[in-house]
Amino acid sequence: MPPDGRHIILMSMHSSVSLTLNGESRVFEGPADGPMSVSGLLIVLGLDTRKVAVERNEEIVPRSRYAETWLASGDSLEIVHFIGGG
Amino acid sequence: MDGSIVADDTWTVAGRTFRSRLIVGTGRYKDLEETGKAIEASGAEIVTVALRRVNLSDPNAPMLQDYVDPKKYTYLPNTAGCFTANEAVRTLRLAREAGGWNLVKLEVLGPPPLLYPDMQGTFQAAEALIKDGFEVMVYCADDPLAAKRLQDMGCVAIMPLGAPIGSGLGIQNPAMISMMMEQVTVPFLVDAGVGTASDAAIAMELGCDAVLLNSAIAHAKNPVLMAKAMKAAIEAGRLAYLAGRMPRRMGADPSSPLTGLIR
Repeated sequence: MPPDGRHIILMSMHSSVSLTLNGESRVFEGPADGPMSVSGLLIVLGLDTRKVAVERNEEIVPRSRYAETWLASGDSLEIVHFIGGG
Repeated sequence: MDGSIVADDTWTVAGRTFRSRLIVGTGRYKDLEETGKAIEASGAEIVTVALRRVNLSDPNAPMLQDYVDPKKYTYLPNTAGCFTANEAVRTLRLAREAGGWNLVKLEVLGPPPLLYPDMQGTFQAAEALIKDGFEVMVYCADDPLAAKRLQDMGCVAIMPLGAPIGSGLGIQNPAMISMMMEQVTVPFLVDAGVGTASDAAIAMELGCDAVLLNSAIAHAKNPVLMAKAMKAAIEAGRLAYLAGRMPRRMGADPSSPLTGLIR
């Protein structure tokens, strides 16, 4: 019996995502139901979205688009926040 | 100068009005608790902040916002550590996303040990930021031509150094600061070099709208006490400027009458 379309997608989404995160190589297991979004990544990392800003491949990701910004292997992300400074 | 003028003494940058003429940095303190206490004691309404990578191995580490409430203080993101225009612009775009503020402090620095303002990079970054809708308070060299040019480009405040960042050498260039001020109509601040309270008072007596400092408080033996001293010095210097100092004279002029003396 040939696999249906949904099955193929499910298989492909189980692959892991290799990211450069704040300069370090990290591998994440993609979620079972689809690709990983910026929102999903921040949840996995345990970060409060209200206190950080995210840059993907040197482009700002607006906070309003975290949920719909999908990550692909090879993406480079900077996740920053405010600290003390003069 | 009567009391009412002093009571209404505020300054305005980019449409925002402030009573305190002291802007303080939030860096180099022992810990965040001391940061919060010193800033409160300083009476500052604007604080500078830096933008850095989140420590992903400790996502629950205490954050600056927990000790310095962004609802109470105006956060002024800086570009400290940026040595090119591109780095500065990228940093402030991220800061705008993190905080939602357009008002920023631009500094493009030359290499250590002086960290002197790199004016070519500063001009480039200022141009890009202003085009992108930022309101730019700019750290700069004590160069009257640069000050005028930055203002003409649209910078909302001109902030030359009194001495290198973190040096605590005081206002080494009072004459040049005064000459720059004459070129500028937007707010004019001394942004680096203050070491102790009298330095801050001197900057204010020269006529600066405000003073920005960090290390002078953070590196004092007792930062909270120095923050109080700075608050008082800024107020004293401002009052002295408004009062108008007496003329200097090369000789004595007795305060007590020389007539009616007993013989």
